[in-house]
Amino acid sequence: MSDRPASSPRYATHHPRWLRTRVSTWWWLQRRAYFKFILRELSSVCAAWFVIYLLLLVRAVSRGEAAWRGFLDWAAAPLVVVVNVVSLFFLIFHAITWFNLAPRAMVVKLGGKKVPGVLIAASNYAAWAVATALVAWLLVGR
Amino acid sequence: MARRSVEPLLWTLFSAGGVLAALLLPILVLLLGLAFPLGWLAPPSYGYLASLLHHPLTRLALFALCSLSLWHWAHRFRYTLYDGLQIKHLNELVNPFCYGGALAGTVVAAYLFGFVL
Repeated sequence: MSDRPASSPRYATHHPRWLRTRVSTWWWLQRRAYFKFILRELSSVCAAWFVIYLLLLVRAVSRGEAAWRGFLDWAAAPLVVVVNVVSLFFLIFHAITWFNLAPRAMVVKLGGKKVPGVLIAASNYAAWAVATALVAWLLVGR
Repeated sequence: MARRSVEPLLWTLFSAGGVLAALLLPILVLLLGLAFPLGWLAPPSYGYLASLLHHPLTRLALFALCSLSLWHWAHRFRYTLYDGLQIKHLNELVNPFCYGGALAGTVVAAYLFGFVL
């Protein structure tokens, strides 16, 4: 009892500091690779836009020739053209990044041996070429 | 736990949509979005286009393309907002908007390709 200090020391409560530095909202502007990543992710917005465009086109065709002509006129308006030009670039970007990632996303084995990634990417590009040619054959000059 | 079990399904839809979008959308945008409206190439005749769109295979392919591309968008866009803008606190709004949008688009596409055409 008597060996207790006259004034008991005051203890501060322990506040652990968060070992988290706040990441800036604009972190993806800090490096080219990050920026490219965000652009790649945003390409999906262009895919969604073109799906809506495609559904409108199909609806127009289902309503008759006049509606189809009207759709083509609407599609030639400057704003729609600009959106479609931007979409074309983004969707080509999507296709290239998607096919380049394919070898890393899937491991194909043939006869117990791993098929080299270059071959998987090449077969993806070949499929792209075939699909593109098929669509062009179905639509151009008809 | 519920989210964890549905995640592989969402990823599969995302992945399938990514493949279809990569294979088909660039040429479709080039032709239907630019070349035909701007007159770079003569658009297909109305009769041909209508009969092409009425073919069951075309309808099935376009339905798959439209629906899966939207699911692809939903999944990717959701995580772009999550990681990119870090608006995790808005998940209750972002998730219904993205996946609800994909679901609505799927219903519209099914109606259009299944009944209207």
